[in-house]
Amino acid sequence: MAATRVDEGLAARLEEIRREKGETIAVAEVAEVVESLLTTMTGDLTADDVQLYKELEGLARYIHAARAEISSINPGEIQSDLLPTAADELDAIVEATEKATNQIMDAAEVLEEVSGDVAPEVADKLSDATTRIYEACTFQDITGQRITKVVRTLKQIEERVDGLVRAFHPAGDDAAAAQPAAEGRAKAAGDTPSDEDLLNGPQSAEDAMKQDDIDALLADFD
Amino acid sequence: MAVDKNMKVLIVDDYKTMLRIIRNLLRQLGFTNIDEATDGSAALQLLRANGAGGPQGYGLVISDWNMEPMTGLQLLREVRADAKLKGVPFIMVTAESKSENVIAAKEAGVSNYIVKPFNAETLKSKMVSVLGDF
Repeated sequence: MAATRVDEGLAARLEEIRREKGETIAVAEVAEVVESLLTTMTGDLTADDVQLYKELEGLARYIHAARAEISSINPGEIQSDLLPTAADELDAIVEATEKATNQIMDAAEVLEEVSGDVAPEVADKLSDATTRIYEACTFQDITGQRITKVVRTLKQIEERVDGLVRAFHPAGDDAAAAQPAAEGRAKAAGDTPSDEDLLNGPQSAEDAMKQDDIDALLADFD
Repeated sequence: MAVDKNMKVLIVDDYKTMLRIIRNLLRQLGFTNIDEATDGSAALQLLRANGAGGPQGYGLVISDWNMEPMTGLQLLREVRADAKLKGVPFIMVTAESKSENVIAAKEAGVSNYIVKPFNAETLKSKMVSVLGDF
């Protein structure tokens, strides 16, 4: 068994990978190293060698299966599409609650103003009611802070997924990794979007159509 | 000594809706001479420009904690380290509700501490404890 010479080659390859990639290396390269190790095991094998061979073969199969499974999750879509969309939706919630809170307070301030024109006992009731409205409006601050925390967590998840994408998709394969699944679905179904593709929820202020545009679009069908 | 409701109050919060809420609650309590800032550094500029106490200076600071670039705690430390400002009553109004937060604020010299969400009665009672009855 000419193991020593080949082992030296493997050791050199491992050292090269360690030097180039540090502690983070692509799974494909791990599989490559394990397969190289298997090819070194030639000649007369001892019982220990056979056991080691089996273990390594099992490890190689496990790595291939894990790689296929994680690739099928499509981390590229999570990174390029789902996480940014979730963050945008949360930002839109903060914006909407702020707008609603200001509208509620506009109304409450009007009530306070007119309280000067009514009987004192009515004015007191109006004052109590507006105080409760102001107190209730503090929800917007708390909600905003909680959502900011969630967005921060999403950004951390995005960084982890980014690492996963790099580990499972070698350089040059990024475009394929980032291709959104929705795009694939639309292509598969042809030009007509499926019912599922039509379910996008509320749009941001920039993307949403104005009512006049919708009316004009409907008029085109007449 | 009676509390002068014409005193200048500085409210500091990065959420404009919260500034508006506190301003309205203060108005209902009779305090209408109110300035606003959206972070600690802007508040510090106003404090240094107007001073503390007297007819022109601030008689009370009500500040949030979690703001950028300068937090409410940093503002509090700057205020307490400034010979001309260190005596101004300073109430923290914040969602930070861990005991270590309260301890840190107390060690920095906070006059009182209100946890969000809060109600008008809490705001008034803390102001009374800091300023005296009104």
